[in-house]
Amino acid sequence: MTLAKPAPVTSRKPSMAPLNILLAVICFLWIVPTIGLLVSSFRDREAIRSSGWWTIFPHQEWIQVDQLQLTKGVALDKPVEVLPGVRFTDDQLRAGVILPDGRQATWSNRRQRSVAINTLQWTANLNFTTDNYKNVLGGQTYVIKTPDGSTRTEQGDDMLGAFLNTLTVAVPATVIPILIAAFAAYAFAWMKFPGRRLMFAGIIALLVVPLQAAMIPMLRDFLALQINGTFLAVWLAHTTFGLPLATYLLYNYISQLPRETLEAAFIDGASQFTIFTQLILPLSVPALASFAIFQFMWVWNDYLVSLIFLGGAPTVKVMTMRLADMIGTRGQDWHLLTAGGFITMIVPLVVFFSLQRYFVRGLLAGSVKG
Amino acid sequence: MQITTQRPAAERDPFVSAGQLLTGFVLLIATLGFLWWGFLLLRGSNELNHFFIAAFAIVWGVAGVGLLFLSLNRIVESFSDTVRRIVQPYVFVGPAALILIWFLVIPTIRTAYLSLLNSDSSTFVGLSNYGAVFTDPQMLESFRNNILWMVFGTFFCVALGLLIAVLADRSRFEPVAKATIFMPMAISFVGAAVIWRFVYYYQPPGQAQIGLQNAIITGLGLPPQTWIVNQPWNVFFLILILIWMQTGFAMVIFSAALKGVPEDLLEAGRIDGANERRIFFNIIVPYIRGTIITVTTTILIFTLKIFDVVIAMTGGQYGTEVIATQFYRQFFQNRNFGYGSAIAMVLMIAVIPVMIYNLRQAGKQEAF
Repeated sequence: MTLAKPAPVTSRKPSMAPLNILLAVICFLWIVPTIGLLVSSFRDREAIRSSGWWTIFPHQEWIQVDQLQLTKGVALDKPVEVLPGVRFTDDQLRAGVILPDGRQATWSNRRQRSVAINTLQWTANLNFTTDNYKNVLGGQTYVIKTPDGSTRTEQGDDMLGAFLNTLTVAVPATVIPILIAAFAAYAFAWMKFPGRRLMFAGIIALLVVPLQAAMIPMLRDFLALQINGTFLAVWLAHTTFGLPLATYLLYNYISQLPRETLEAAFIDGASQFTIFTQLILPLSVPALASFAIFQFMWVWNDYLVSLIFLGGAPTVKVMTMRLADMIGTRGQDWHLLTAGGFITMIVPLVVFFSLQRYFVRGLLAGSVKG
Repeated sequence: MQITTQRPAAERDPFVSAGQLLTGFVLLIATLGFLWWGFLLLRGSNELNHFFIAAFAIVWGVAGVGLLFLSLNRIVESFSDTVRRIVQPYVFVGPAALILIWFLVIPTIRTAYLSLLNSDSSTFVGLSNYGAVFTDPQMLESFRNNILWMVFGTFFCVALGLLIAVLADRSRFEPVAKATIFMPMAISFVGAAVIWRFVYYYQPPGQAQIGLQNAIITGLGLPPQTWIVNQPWNVFFLILILIWMQTGFAMVIFSAALKGVPEDLLEAGRIDGANERRIFFNIIVPYIRGTIITVTTTILIFTLKIFDVVIAMTGGQYGTEVIATQFYRQFFQNRNFGYGSAIAMVLMIAVIPVMIYNLRQAGKQEAF
């Protein structure tokens, strides 16, 4: 007698293979644009211009194996004899034409009347370089050689400086609003004072104010304080725009902490300040971390606030501004744009892959900001 | 017999500790001095060494705020309990309230007022800026585009997000798939613009097409297209970028919600002979309805305020202008302050109902 195998639990679900294939196709479509950027950032200028980034994968390509020299100055208005008895028109030779033996003939140099004979071969363009990154990161001028032998001097894009600027903007613009909001959230959650409900409702109401509605008078105040164009202005702006959300989210978390813990501390004679710093802050780490990551990514990727409050001085430009400038001035220089683009993404991607859980929670909580 | 309760000396005395008050004040003055010194240094600092500025700025900002709270609290705690109980909450709430009133409440009121003035804010013009907002052909184009963004962007983000969440939920490769779809959310819109400009890149026919989309099109024997220039389809190619970036957001939230659908409910449906399609539409969708509304309203708000991606992709040219780019243009290129403010107000008024609906729904669910 044999024991019947128990039916798998998932038997009623659709078979897994088509599902996984569909999922794989979607994921493939999603990741391809980013891979294109990453691959291109390691290819040199000429390679990017002459072939798609996907040619790094093995593929069949016509590669020249021979060259024929036709009679110099032969007329091209009628088919010319390329091989004995084989005649092709000018148009055919421009587009490439297959010979009887399977090889391909194209103009190698039409004016000199030379014809290239190619065969189809497996190949992959695997010449990678890190020069793009060197050139984009540095702020100094550098010399490039063009294929015709001449040299050209180009200005570096100083992405390293911009990276530091972004860091300088992002860290205080993350920590300061959290600190201020945590104090406020604690007071709203656990202290009684006249005007508490009204003030809290006011802060929630400020969630609906888009950046644009407050931006211009704010800019005028900063101009009057003579801080426009400094990091200070951007921190203040990010702190302001981050505060309503930070207070709201931290309030939601802190007000849910168990009352008994706090009461025990009160009976022990701890002051509000001690309770807040010694008890509430450590207990709120998950919420603080989630919001910190959200705010950090928001500031890191922000373009509008920096554009308005940091102004155009090259020494303070953050990476998003620098990259937007590059799109404007170097729209064809894909070797530099792709490298610059990838540099702006490194930190967010590292944060994303290392702190994915907090990151997702923070994004869920903070998605209505701005 | 009358019992007189002896209140502790500490509560009768207005000052518990003069020494603590003094150190508190000294600390406060030192903090303010430190903040002022740093303020002056940073205000004129843009020429200094980057590393130094970054390090100093971080220490100054964070330590300054921390010390401010500490010193104010020290002063407050040197008073009697009664005074302290009244004042302390305002020390905690004060900085947040002060910043929000100064930099958010008053500016918004000023913007509302500016929107009633003319371009250089010298004459009162009533509601004529608003009249212009709703009649100017460029603004009408922006409204049309914003509606396209809201309808198509939101629909595809939500629909694809839901589809992928359902697929991933049943797959062994769920973590990998979710990370892949979600990853674009970590990228800035300017970075995404570089990625997609490269995908859409156009070379004249006959030259090697290095942009993926034109390479595919020419591979199929069709002529290459200038994707981000050709109207009216270019708007949709910009919306595709939003879909690429925000579908991950929708997917992650739906994925969490799907885990909450009780298994026996699904099992009951299957036993009753419902196929997967009916289970999806008649059990799963109604069950996560609240989440669908939250995600939809969130992405709606996002698309209403869309700015970076349009500026970085086309600069608002080729008929791709939206409300936020019009605002920027009126303010910083045309210097038309009244008109620009009116646009900002219209944007805010458009956001308010969606946001209220969103907060109501979010309030019904767990925030963290």
